[in-house]
Amino acid sequence: MSTQIEEQRETEEEVETEPETESPGERRRAVKRERAAQREQEVETALDEAEETVELKVFRYDPEVADKEEPRFDSFTVPYHKGMTVLDALIYARDVYDSSLTFRHSCRQAVCGSDALFVNGRQRLGCKTQMGDLEWPVRIEPLPHQDVVKDLVVDMEHFYEQMHAVEPYFDPDETPDGELEEQRQTPENREKIKLSTRCIWCGACMSSCNIAAGDNKYLGPAAINKAYRFAMDEREGESRKEERLRIVEQEHGVWRCQTQFSCTEVCPKDIPLTEHIQELKREAIKSNLKFW
Amino acid sequence: MSQSYDRGTVESFGRWREFSAGMWAWILHKFTGWILVGYLFTHIAVLSTSTQGAETYTATLQGLEALLIVRFLEIGLLAVAVFHILNGIRLLFVDLGLGLTAQDKSFYASLLLTAAITVASIPTFLGGAL
Repeated sequence: MSTQIEEQRETEEEVETEPETESPGERRRAVKRERAAQREQEVETALDEAEETVELKVFRYDPEVADKEEPRFDSFTVPYHKGMTVLDALIYARDVYDSSLTFRHSCRQAVCGSDALFVNGRQRLGCKTQMGDLEWPVRIEPLPHQDVVKDLVVDMEHFYEQMHAVEPYFDPDETPDGELEEQRQTPENREKIKLSTRCIWCGACMSSCNIAAGDNKYLGPAAINKAYRFAMDEREGESRKEERLRIVEQEHGVWRCQTQFSCTEVCPKDIPLTEHIQELKREAIKSNLKFW
Repeated sequence: MSQSYDRGTVESFGRWREFSAGMWAWILHKFTGWILVGYLFTHIAVLSTSTQGAETYTATLQGLEALLIVRFLEIGLLAVAVFHILNGIRLLFVDLGLGLTAQDKSFYASLLLTAAITVASIPTFLGGAL
């Protein structure tokens, strides 16, 4: 089940070490081979014992490895159990079949935002997507509209740049007199920005956005949502809000949104992104129309 | 470092089967919009025959209406215009921030209403021609 590259590497090693028969390296490799064979046996029994197995079709690409320069799909058969997520299946495939299979993951509970993937034609969080809810075989690809670094890993640099462009930090006009004094927010205001604070910077929305795909300067749904989170925060004050609106109402800001609802559709944290973008459009107009 | 390469249909409209309601609404709105712009030119061309006298204008219109294909095109034009109007109203509500959670339902509703109006218009457009 392992990929061709590994097999090749193994044969290369054998050729290299042929002259010295009893070197420590050779012994180590012999143990390794034994262990690998044992593991293979274990995998086979695991697959036999599993009530159900699911096939993954995983996108592979690595510009630095000769065999993977041409993008292709590898198949992995994984024993299925109830409650298995896409990330679980990927981890199984990596640990058991091919240790070179590369993808980002960290917390496994939809908080870190590392494992946004293109699963069965849609941006989803690997750790939040149940294998049981998907059509099998499951096709896993890196996020579209972003450069692929290796396998399922995409370059997030541009996404982070857009996020930072909206100055995503709390920056009030006035701070309280006392150094340790609290800055209170009304429960209503907190409720208003609640959903926008849930963003985990996974980049699923940006990847799904047809406009962001065609316009590289477009801030994108995540960054605009971030701007919304602070522009709508009453504690920051009017003048800071004006500044924030100046940023989002630029040519490549909120007005590029054409309400396709793709971002809202794919957001793993169910943030009403389109709604927030639309509200910022109205706020931007309101702040520019001053004839009273 | 990362390298870009052609990912083919992943990043284009080759994935149209996976498009959601909002995406379809956007595509259809653009499509119907361009058709209406195109129609505007033929509309002006036909109307401008009236500058050469009432008879020419009447003859042109009668000549066009005598063609069965024109009758069918008129039904298509009505469908395109009705959808564009209904989806335009939907977009107006979206811009006002009203009912954004029901945006897919309002899209389906505008499609159904368009279909109903188009079907209802068939006797009028094809009357006498068949």
